[in-house]
Amino acid sequence: MDAEVATPVTREKKNLLRSDAAQKVGAFAALIILFAFFYFSSPYFRTFDNYVGILLATSVNGILALGVTFVIITAGIDLSVGTVMTFSAVMTAILITNWRLPVPIGILGGILAGGTAGIINGTVISRMKIPPFIATLGMFYATKGLSLVFSDLAPIYFNDTPIFRRIAMDSVLGSIIPGLAVPNAVLIFFGAAIIAALILNKTVLGRYTFAMGSNEEATRLSGVNVAFWKSIVYMLCGLFAGLGGVLMAARLNSAQPALGAGYELDAIAAVVIGGTSLSGGEGSILGTIIGAFIMSVLINGLRINSVPQEIQLVITGVIVVLAVYLDILRRRR
Amino acid sequence: MGEVILKLEDITKTFPGVLALDQCQFELRSGEVHALVGENGAGKSTMMKVLAGVYKKDAGRILYKGREVEIPNPRAAQLLGISMIHQELNLMPHLTVAQNIFIGREPRSRSRLFLDEKEINQKAEELFSQMHLRLEPRTKVADLTVAKQQMVEIAKALSFDASVLIMDEPTAALTDTEIEELFRIIRQLREKGVGVVHISHRLEELKQISNRITVMRDGHYINTVSTQEATIDQIISMMVGRTIYEATPEIPEKPSQEVVLEVKNLNRGKTIKDVNFELMKGEILGFAGLVGAGRTEVARAVFGADHIDSGEIYVEGKRVHIRRPQDAVRHGIAYLSEDRKRYGLTLSMDVESNLVLAAFKKFTSYLGWVNSSKTNTTAKKYTSMLAIKTPNLQQKVKFLSGGNQQKVVIGKWLTADTNILIFDEPTRGIDVGAKSEIYHLLNSLAQQGKGIIMISSELPEILRMSHRVVVMCEGQITGVLSAAEATQESIMKLATLRSGIVRSDGSNDSNGSKPNQTENEAA
Repeated sequence: MDAEVATPVTREKKNLLRSDAAQKVGAFAALIILFAFFYFSSPYFRTFDNYVGILLATSVNGILALGVTFVIITAGIDLSVGTVMTFSAVMTAILITNWRLPVPIGILGGILAGGTAGIINGTVISRMKIPPFIATLGMFYATKGLSLVFSDLAPIYFNDTPIFRRIAMDSVLGSIIPGLAVPNAVLIFFGAAIIAALILNKTVLGRYTFAMGSNEEATRLSGVNVAFWKSIVYMLCGLFAGLGGVLMAARLNSAQPALGAGYELDAIAAVVIGGTSLSGGEGSILGTIIGAFIMSVLINGLRINSVPQEIQLVITGVIVVLAVYLDILRRRR
Repeated sequence: MGEVILKLEDITKTFPGVLALDQCQFELRSGEVHALVGENGAGKSTMMKVLAGVYKKDAGRILYKGREVEIPNPRAAQLLGISMIHQELNLMPHLTVAQNIFIGREPRSRSRLFLDEKEINQKAEELFSQMHLRLEPRTKVADLTVAKQQMVEIAKALSFDASVLIMDEPTAALTDTEIEELFRIIRQLREKGVGVVHISHRLEELKQISNRITVMRDGHYINTVSTQEATIDQIISMMVGRTIYEATPEIPEKPSQEVVLEVKNLNRGKTIKDVNFELMKGEILGFAGLVGAGRTEVARAVFGADHIDSGEIYVEGKRVHIRRPQDAVRHGIAYLSEDRKRYGLTLSMDVESNLVLAAFKKFTSYLGWVNSSKTNTTAKKYTSMLAIKTPNLQQKVKFLSGGNQQKVVIGKWLTADTNILIFDEPTRGIDVGAKSEIYHLLNSLAQQGKGIIMISSELPEILRMSHRVVVMCEGQITGVLSAAEATQESIMKLATLRSGIVRSDGSNDSNGSKPNQTENEAA
C-alpha cells in the first residue's frame, strides 16, 4: 500500500490558457504582429540602421524595466527610476569630467549612486513602513533636485574622455562579425537581462521576491527577514537604474540633468505589458523584455510612418491599457 | 510521555486596550499531545504566537529544554525547533508546494549562488512519502484545494524536525478522512517524542488524540487536566465558566411545503453535474459531502459567483436569471462564504459599515447622502439581536473574534432582507459557545420563514440542524435524506457512493460502501 502512496498525483493540472507560457506567447505574438505591420508599412522601417535604433532605444528603458520588474513582483512600485537614472548619469559626469577620475571609477560610481538611492528607498519602505508609492515619489523629487544641484543646472559633457562614449556606442560585435555593428549598449542590456533572469529564477533573492509579492505575512512567518530582502530588491532596482544612467550618459556623451522624469512610467508600462502583475507574485524578465520591445517598436514604427508625436502618445496609452485588459481576460477563464 | 520540554510561566501580553494574556502558564512534555481549548478570544492563539515568535511577550518566562529562552521572531522559534501551523493558511499561492515548504532555507547549489530546485523537489517528495501524502512538489499552491493546502502547511511544519509542533485548528478545513490522516501523522510524531500543542474547538476530536487538556478563558489560565479523566461536559464548563449541558439535538420543526428555491439541471464543467433540488420555506437544508464534492460550487453557481453551463433557477416559483451576485441579492439570495475574511467582510471597515454594506440603498437618500442615524440604529439592532461582542460599532471587524465576525456577516444579510441564506461552513473556526449561538440563530431564522441551505463538513452539525440532507459526491447529488433517515452512516455511504475519488491511501477501487476513514487503520 505504501508503494502506491508515493505515486504523485497530477490532478491539479493547470489550464493551459492560464499558464505563464501562454501569456508570454501572447505578448510575443503581439510583438511579431506589430513588427510585421511596420515591416510592410514602410521601407524605412526595415533597414539595419533602424533596427539598431530600436535596439538602442530599448536598451535604456529595458534596463530600467528590469529592476522595476523585481519591485513590481513584490507588489511594490518604484517611481524614482527615471530620475535616479539621471542622478547616476550626473554623478558619473562629475567623477569623470569634473574630478578627472578614471572612467571605470566614474562608471562604478554612477551605478553605486543608483544603488544607494535604491537602498534608501528600500529602507524607507521596509523599516519606516512608508508605502512604496510615497517613498519612491519622494526619491523622484529628491534625485531630480539633486541632479540639478550637483550639475549646476547645466549639462556636463564627456568631451575630454571620448573612450566613455565608445564603451556604449562602439560595436565589439561588429568587429567580430563585420556587418553586425550593434552598439555595445545593446549587448550590455542583454547581459543585464540575463543576470536579472538568473537572479529572479535561480537565486534566493528571486525566490523571496516572488514570495513577498505572493503573501508577505506568510513569508515573514516562515522566518524570512522580509525587511532586509525588500531593501535588497529596491537596491537592485536602483543598481539597474544606475546602469541605465551610465549608458544614457555614454549614449548622449553628456549628463543631461533635466532629463529623466517620465522614464519611470515607460519602464512600468514595459513591465506591465510584459505580464507582470501589479498585485504581485508573478512576472518574468522575458515578459519585461518583450514589453520593452513592444513599446520601442511601436514608437519607432509610428514615427517612421510620420504619425505625429502627440498621436504616438495616445496610441501608447491605448496599447498599455489594452495589454493589461487582455491579461485580465486571460486570467478570468 | 517523556520529560517536560517546554514551560511557559506568567506570560502576560497586552494589545492596545486589551489584556490578551494575564499571567498564563502552559507545560508540554515530549511525546505528548497537549490540547489547548477555550472560547474565541480566550488567548490560546496569542499565547502560542508568543511561543512561535510572532508576538513579543510583555512579561513572563519561557523555559525550553530546561533553559530560559527569548523568542524575538519566527526564525528564532524555528531554530529552537518550535514550529507553528497558523489558523489562517500561510502559504505563498504563486509558489509551488516544494518552494513553499522550504522557503527561508532553500537548498543551494555548490557555489551557494543559486537555488537547487531539484534538491528542493526531491526533499519535498521524501517528506511526502514519509507522511504518506499524495502531493506533487511542483504544483502551484494556488491550484490546490484548501484541504491540500492545509496538508502542505503541516508538511512544512514537520520539515523543520521540530521538537515542538503547535497546530492552531488544523482540522477546521478538513474532512473526516483527512482528519484521520492528520491524526495518524500526529501519532507518528508523538512516538518520535515530539511535543504537539493542538488548539481545537472540536472536543470529541481532542478526546481521541490528546493526552492532556489545558483550558483558557478570557486571557487567563484555568486548568490542566488529563484527557482520560475529564468529561467533555467538564471541559466545556471550564471553558465557559458555568455548567452547561451538551446540547441535545433540537428536533427541527416541520417546514412548510412552500418551495422558495428550486434548482433544475444545474451544470458547470466537471464540478457540477445535473444538480436538482428544492428548498422549502422555513427549512434548513443540509448539504453534506466530502471536501471537493461540489457543494460550495453549487452554492456559488446559484449565487451567480460562477457562471453555469446550463440549468434553471426558480425563486418562489418564478424563473430567475442569475448571472452575477447582484442578481442573486436582488432575488433575496445571500451566500455566506466559508472564507469569511476574503469574501464576507471588509475587514478594515467597522462593524456598523459592514452591517449595512449589502443594503446601502436603504440608507441613502436620493442625493446619495448616507443617513447615519438610520445605519446606527440598524447596526445597534443587529448587534444586540445577534449578541455581537464588540466594544463599539466603530470597532474594525478585523479585531473581532471568528464567531463575532460570522455574526456580522449574518447581520449584513439580514439587513439586506434576504429570504434564502446559503451558509457555507457557518461554524468553521468558531468555538463551542459561539457555535450553539449560531445554531440557535439558524433555527430562529428558519422559524421566521427563511429558507436556509447549510453546507457543512461536520456531520454532527448536519444531523443536528437539518430538516433534510442533500448528499453530494463528485459534483452530483447522490441522495436526499429526511431528518429521520439521516445518520452518520447513511450520509457517509452516499458521500462516497462514486468510486474514482482519489483516496489518501491511494486505493481507487471499492464502490465506497464504507466510510473510508477505517481504511487507514486497516493499514
